[in-house]
Amino acid sequence: MESDVLVVDDSAAIRKILQRVLRQTGMAIRTIHEAGDGQEALEVMKSQSVSLVLTDINMPKMDGIQLLGALKSSPQWHKIPVVMITTEGGETKVGEAVRLGAAGYVRKPFTADQIKEKLAGILEPALPL
Amino acid sequence: MNVQNLIIDLISQSAANVFSTMLGAELGPPEASIEQGVPEVNDGIVSFIGLAGAWAGTGSVVCSPTVACRICSLMLMTDTTSVDADVLDAVAELTNMIVGSVKNDLEPHLGTLGLSIPTVVFGKNFRTKSAGATDWIVVRFPWEGDVLVVKLFLAPAERVPHAVSHMMGQTCPLEV
Repeated sequence: MESDVLVVDDSAAIRKILQRVLRQTGMAIRTIHEAGDGQEALEVMKSQSVSLVLTDINMPKMDGIQLLGALKSSPQWHKIPVVMITTEGGETKVGEAVRLGAAGYVRKPFTADQIKEKLAGILEPALPL
Repeated sequence: MNVQNLIIDLISQSAANVFSTMLGAELGPPEASIEQGVPEVNDGIVSFIGLAGAWAGTGSVVCSPTVACRICSLMLMTDTTSVDADVLDAVAELTNMIVGSVKNDLEPHLGTLGLSIPTVVFGKNFRTKSAGATDWIVVRFPWEGDVLVVKLFLAPAERVPHAVSHMMGQTCPLEV
């Protein structure tokens, strides 16, 4: 089954890099949506089908931890896996994300292989042509 | 190892790692110094990110428009020749990753530190000043015939006033 991925980061550069990396993973991805912060992400989720969220932590308006909390407390979205992609490496924020139910985290700077490895257990591989 | 030497090592490692991982590029050997006194006039791009906690301060990346365009081109796999929103965003994210990695590696020594959202300034003949910042650790990396500069000021929080002024022809104190 193909997945619809939502990439949330206040950096347009990181969103573009993740778009490219996701297309190169060989995973079955149908659509990649984008949002610049947690609030925008929730708006996207109201109108689009999303089966995986990749989110930064440090963002304006609503950060990645708040977004994760909102998703995990929602009856509609609590089963959607959320992967944190962040500069934060400290126990405080990453630990909080794990406690809230994050499916994993990748530290910036990241390689395409690290993203692929993290998503391997979450997304299905694309069917061979 | 004192904090200054530790920060110089961490900046060197972090910048090299970010460049190799995100840009597939190799920086030249770092040259470290301590800068004091009146801030110098800038022409080009300066990116800032704040650090707060038991220790507080500011991290900064300074480069020419040419270097910024090259960073953007490599990061986004595009051919960028003039400074636009993508270029400023790429430099901001580079600053976030370099200073963020330094922050993560300093936390076992200095306690938990928070990281702000980066701000990028592009212009000519402007000065910047962070209130309370006296001794900046400055690491210069030669790269592709130009230079990339990473600066960091960090001190125990009680020595850093809770105000930052950005001088662009005038002083404008802001609460943080």
